[in-house]
Amino acid sequence: MHPAFSVIVFTTLSGIGFGLMALLGLGFGVPGAGFQWSATIVAFAFAVIGLLSSVLHLRSKSRAILAFSQWRSSWLSREGVCSVVTLGLFGIYSLVLLLMGTRLAALGFAAAVLAMVTVFTTSMIYAQLRTVPHWASWITPAVFLGFSIAGGVLALSALLAISGAPSARMAAQWAMVALIVAWAAKAAWWRRAAETSLEAAGSGIGDATGLGVLGAVRPFEPPHTSPNYLMREMAFEVGRKRARALRRIAIACGAVAPFLLAGLAAYVGAAAPLLMLAVILHLVGMLAERWLFFAEARHAVGSFYGIGQSVARPSSQAA
Amino acid sequence: MTTLPETTNRKLGLVIDLDVCVGCHACAVACKEWNTGAYGAPLSDQDAYGAEPSGTWLNRVHSYEVKPQDGPAQIVHFPRSCLHCEDAPCVTVCPTGASYKRAEDGIVLVNEDRCMGCGLCAWACPYGAREMDMDAGVMKKCTLCVDRIYNAQIPAEDRVPSCVRTCPANARHFGDLADPESDVSRMVAERGGYDLMPAQGTRPVNKYLPPRPKTPCETGPGGAGEASVATPPGSLLGWLDRALAVIDGE
Amino acid sequence: MTPEPELDLSPRVSDEIRKTTCYMCACRCGINVHLRTGPDGRKIVSYIEGNRDHPKNQGVLCAKGSAGIMQHYSPARLKKPLKRSGPRGTGEFEEISWEEAMTLATDWLAPVRHSDPRKLAFFTGRDQSQSFTSWWAQAFGTPNYAAHGGFCSVNMAAAGIYTMGGAFWEFGAPDWDRAKMFMIFGVAEDHDSNPIKIGLSKLKKRGAKIVAVNPVRTGYNAVADEWVGITPGTDGLFVIALIHELLRMGKVDVAYLRRYTNAPWLVIDDPGAADHGLFARGEDGHPLIIDRRTGWVASSEDVDARPDLQGEAILPGGRKARPVFALIAEKYLDSGHGPEAAAERCGVPAGAIRRLAGDLARTAFEEEIVIEQPWTDWRGKRHEKMIGRPVAFHAMRGISAHSNGFQTCRAIHLLQMLLGSVETPGGFRFKPPYPKPAEGHPRPHAECRPDTPLAGPHLGYPMGPDDLLLDEAGSPRRIDKAFSWEAPLAVHGLMHMVISNAVARDPYGIDVLFLYMANMAWNSSMNTAGVMEMLTRTDENGDYVIPKIIYSDAYSSEMVAFADLVLPDTTYLERHDCISLLDRPVSEPDCAADAIRWPVVEPDRDVRGFQSALLDLGARLGLPGFVEEDGSPRYKDYADYMVRHERRPGIGPLAGWRGEGNGRGRGAPNPEQLQRYINNGGFFSTEIPEEAQFFKPWNADYQNWAVSMGFYDKPTPYLFQLYVEPLRRFQLAAEGHGDRQPPDAMRERIAQAFEPLPTWYPPHEGERIDPSAFPLHALTQRPAAMYHSWGSQNAWLRQIHGENPLYVPEALAREAGLEDGDWAWVTSHHGRIRVPIRITAASNNKTLWTWNAIGKRKGAWALDRDAPETQRGFLLNHLIHELLPPKADGMRWSNSDPVTGQAAWFDLRVRIEKAGPDEESLSPDTGGQQSPVGTGPSVVAFGKAWKQ
Repeated sequence: MHPAFSVIVFTTLSGIGFGLMALLGLGFGVPGAGFQWSATIVAFAFAVIGLLSSVLHLRSKSRAILAFSQWRSSWLSREGVCSVVTLGLFGIYSLVLLLMGTRLAALGFAAAVLAMVTVFTTSMIYAQLRTVPHWASWITPAVFLGFSIAGGVLALSALLAISGAPSARMAAQWAMVALIVAWAAKAAWWRRAAETSLEAAGSGIGDATGLGVLGAVRPFEPPHTSPNYLMREMAFEVGRKRARALRRIAIACGAVAPFLLAGLAAYVGAAAPLLMLAVILHLVGMLAERWLFFAEARHAVGSFYGIGQSVARPSSQAA
Repeated sequence: MTTLPETTNRKLGLVIDLDVCVGCHACAVACKEWNTGAYGAPLSDQDAYGAEPSGTWLNRVHSYEVKPQDGPAQIVHFPRSCLHCEDAPCVTVCPTGASYKRAEDGIVLVNEDRCMGCGLCAWACPYGAREMDMDAGVMKKCTLCVDRIYNAQIPAEDRVPSCVRTCPANARHFGDLADPESDVSRMVAERGGYDLMPAQGTRPVNKYLPPRPKTPCETGPGGAGEASVATPPGSLLGWLDRALAVIDGE
Repeated sequence: MTPEPELDLSPRVSDEIRKTTCYMCACRCGINVHLRTGPDGRKIVSYIEGNRDHPKNQGVLCAKGSAGIMQHYSPARLKKPLKRSGPRGTGEFEEISWEEAMTLATDWLAPVRHSDPRKLAFFTGRDQSQSFTSWWAQAFGTPNYAAHGGFCSVNMAAAGIYTMGGAFWEFGAPDWDRAKMFMIFGVAEDHDSNPIKIGLSKLKKRGAKIVAVNPVRTGYNAVADEWVGITPGTDGLFVIALIHELLRMGKVDVAYLRRYTNAPWLVIDDPGAADHGLFARGEDGHPLIIDRRTGWVASSEDVDARPDLQGEAILPGGRKARPVFALIAEKYLDSGHGPEAAAERCGVPAGAIRRLAGDLARTAFEEEIVIEQPWTDWRGKRHEKMIGRPVAFHAMRGISAHSNGFQTCRAIHLLQMLLGSVETPGGFRFKPPYPKPAEGHPRPHAECRPDTPLAGPHLGYPMGPDDLLLDEAGSPRRIDKAFSWEAPLAVHGLMHMVISNAVARDPYGIDVLFLYMANMAWNSSMNTAGVMEMLTRTDENGDYVIPKIIYSDAYSSEMVAFADLVLPDTTYLERHDCISLLDRPVSEPDCAADAIRWPVVEPDRDVRGFQSALLDLGARLGLPGFVEEDGSPRYKDYADYMVRHERRPGIGPLAGWRGEGNGRGRGAPNPEQLQRYINNGGFFSTEIPEEAQFFKPWNADYQNWAVSMGFYDKPTPYLFQLYVEPLRRFQLAAEGHGDRQPPDAMRERIAQAFEPLPTWYPPHEGERIDPSAFPLHALTQRPAAMYHSWGSQNAWLRQIHGENPLYVPEALAREAGLEDGDWAWVTSHHGRIRVPIRITAASNNKTLWTWNAIGKRKGAWALDRDAPETQRGFLLNHLIHELLPPKADGMRWSNSDPVTGQAAWFDLRVRIEKAGPDEESLSPDTGGQQSPVGTGPSVVAFGKAWKQ
């Protein structure tokens, strides 16, 4: 799949934003205007920038409002509805908390649950697609939720550290736990992905054309000599070297570095710069992870173009 | 309208005969030509005379090389367009209600006035049937020429999709696949018409008729390729004398 | 739930439909052009579909036809006459008025006509008005006229006409409704593309067996039931092996051969005599036969005789003679012509050849079909039924574009005739005005005098060396050397030799080269880069060796850049044309049909239909037939000519609605004629009576009908020529007989190629090169969605074919270490090119191939200079030379069929090697040209105009 920048930014930032919102809604954090204002703003900023980025992806943005209409059947519509409701509830919750100093726990809880539901709906946009067997798994929402929470906890720990709250250490410890959980899910996802193929999903070139029953099928001529929308969008191919490099970046920046930095912060000293660096590196790692999430995923349509097939050409078999 | 109708009264669709398709692209271009001027926004082309020309098409003709266990590789031409699935995933993923399946005849359409161009339906479709129009910013797909097949302003015999009307090899057939007595249903039954990627669970309405088996030419000397007519006995042209005698009534 | 939107299910399709004829290829289908009125009030072409009533396409339309809109609105359309302002080839022009352009052309041409009309070479390319353009050239008086047939398929035409008075190509068709087995040789998207597709579909529906003989298994070959992946240039060997088998099995139609062919005619057997191998004739000039009743010779005209097909006759005077069929049996039954002898060279197992021969025999004789339709033959004998042999054949470019193509095509015709399947139900059928035997065609003419028309048509069918166009010194009279010893039966001329001969001043130099619709600077020439150099070559004074070039084209093609004066033509929707029975009509086997084009929209540029411009030029030059007594132009424009011109009294360019409106074929000019055509959908069609639909050459009812239509002036029945006597006359000359003999160096070649019975010899190029250095064959074929170079300006079609890979068989790719997408060098004896490759398993294992005419020169066709056509599109033409490699004596023969001069571009032999990653891009570099029309817009969204 084409790794569109807008969609990568959307899923990554909104994941962290809603993760942080969930934590704040549940009452994690410390009293004090400094922390509360900054945490609320950061949560909103991540979520809203992410959501705006997703709008950039739309070709006819003026009709985006219609996206709220099909929540009964469409995960994308549900995502839209949930995100707006979450932002609204969390907004009221935050306004009341910030301006009146009253924490409406039930409202916060509802916002927290909705924030997680929003992340879940985002993940289901991908996980629902049978056309992309890499994505079509319950592990996909687990990964999205895991990274949302891990990113949220990491951001929370950094915010706590900045505002000098002692609980930052504890938060950093929780961030380490959340990172382990999230990356465990991702490891499972990667393991599954490595064993997933279009052929095994019944979407290889032989099943796509129905000609597999006659023999080994390979494309002879594409319908058009220059690339088209389908190929640009769904027949993206990433080089093996590039994928490996990006996976290293994802793990190093998204897992190892924030884990070590959080560890340092938790056990050596809750230095705000350490945790801020952890958040930034984690974000970089997440962008790489999400880029690979799209770029390595193979869409059934690629089969018609002979892209994403694990079956070798007949000639090299013979050779 | 992104939920699918429970059932549709009719299942209008195409049957594509891979045994006679010569891969001439006539259907693809006729489709482009009709639909650029008909339903919805024109099918635009970008960089039309430039280095990377690319446009919106609702039907594209692939060709494949199929190598059987024995015998030489054969070429199969393969037109690909919307299959108007009964369980059309492109419809249910649509967040705006632009995508819908008509209850009356099962045609899957995009209401362009509601389409925000998110592209998710194209992702949901395993068949590459949907293409974003880069000029209009809306999703385009085969309409089964809904503006031809009921069009009272054109002659009755022309009320078929543009691709069917133009196909020089008569490889494309249009009809109601819900009616077991229809020509298309009979064709599917007789020829073993099949679904593309059945594992996707989309239950396509369009069917493909497989290529008929070929005679492999590669039968070696003295092998199965002996002439079915034996050499007549007698002299080299003994048969000629007899033939002339018969003709002359001798 | 959002409710389903209300749809307008009956939108208006257009404001008006105008019916005319397609020109997106040579097929000439009927089209319905839908028009809408744009915001500015101008008519916009909004939709083009096939015309259901048209005999050619019956409503269907191919990819090119549907893309006609994009051709009509192409950004490459020329806008005004152009006069060259920079060096040739650069594309630097100034726009001039039509008056200036016509004055300039007249000033160039009038002195030529006045001094030496030969100094004008007028050649037209994909011209569909050859009966008109040739008439102009004849009136001008130059012998140097032809269209592009010599490059295209003259072998098919010549072999067919000499053998059976009709040809494959577009002048005949399989009986699609009745054939039970069909063999198709060397056909890609050549002529008759929609009728062939319609026909294949009919065969499939009836379960008929389709056998495709072609090195490449795409297109029609892909849907065939059996594919014979033959090695290029060996089809003749394969067909002769089939003939061998049929004779061996005794599976030939003896009655048919005896009645409708020259199988019984006696051939003089007197080695060394000047008439050895000619027909033994009686005193009345009619050939002789052996009458089985008496065992003695009798006249072939003796209706009571029972002709024998074997034995030996003693002629009066004591010389011996043998029936043609006896010679056939003797020749082809030789084991050297059997399947085993052919198998390896053809790449087809002997067993397969035997099986196919058996299939042919079984289908022809055990599945014969009978139509209960009485008919009367030319001798007055009534036949109660029509008996058919349901095996049909078709062949085209893969046969014709070889140096042995004429004889190979003859071999296929021999096979058809032995099976009794020509002009019989289920077999191959002619389309009116064919059949017409070689004798019924004119002889070629070339003797020219200043200010005087030529005595007769340029092109024709020589009956022997006496009809060659040689001057007193034996030198060719025509610039292309057609009808000389280099190409004695060049019945379509040799357009591809004009430029190289003119530049070599061999046989003479010329003053004006006048071309129409012929992209000679690009894909219509062999040795393309060489031709571009020739067009720009200067003499010792710095003047161009070809001093003046006039070119007419509708689009900014490669050739435009090499012209001195460009006359901009219209698109096909803006012009008058007639698709005439005098020329290349749109008839089908059951009907005679012709058609028109008419301006369904008016041009929005300062352009003129070429034929109208040519009429104007003819009038300015005062050509006879083009001016009235008082010197005023006789015809207002081409439309006026189409209606009022008479070739013979009562016979004009259009056959329909003559006289008072009811004349078919014959009748006085009818001023209402064009309107009648328009009212009828742009064409005229008349059914052949049922009793006349088969056995046409021998069917009295057909002959009478043909006379009534004006195809001939009296019935012209004739017999098929298994043995072609005119060929033997050339052979006799090569053997040293007669006044006109070939130069010594050519005797052997003429003797070999002019065998009077079909023969096979290896393609010439392969014999002249070291086969280990050039072990492979390389071919091009035309893709279904692109016709020649002009498809690249089409925004829709160029997305389908914007570049072309070279297809390489798996085993060869492995040997050369090639992978899909690699670049490779392909080298011939003449040159080398660097090309992208793709691997295939569906072709002959010695054959590389690619699509035709995709590559473009930078700056042509209003494309960006970095268009894929210029970066990854290539022409094989660069590898093909118009001459063969030198012989031991240094002589270089032309790379063509020695009989017809047909360009032998399928003879090409090459080798392939992997190219390095850092080598230069496409090679050779043909530079670029400025576009006189700019480049096209970035976004095309056709339909917006009337949607907003």
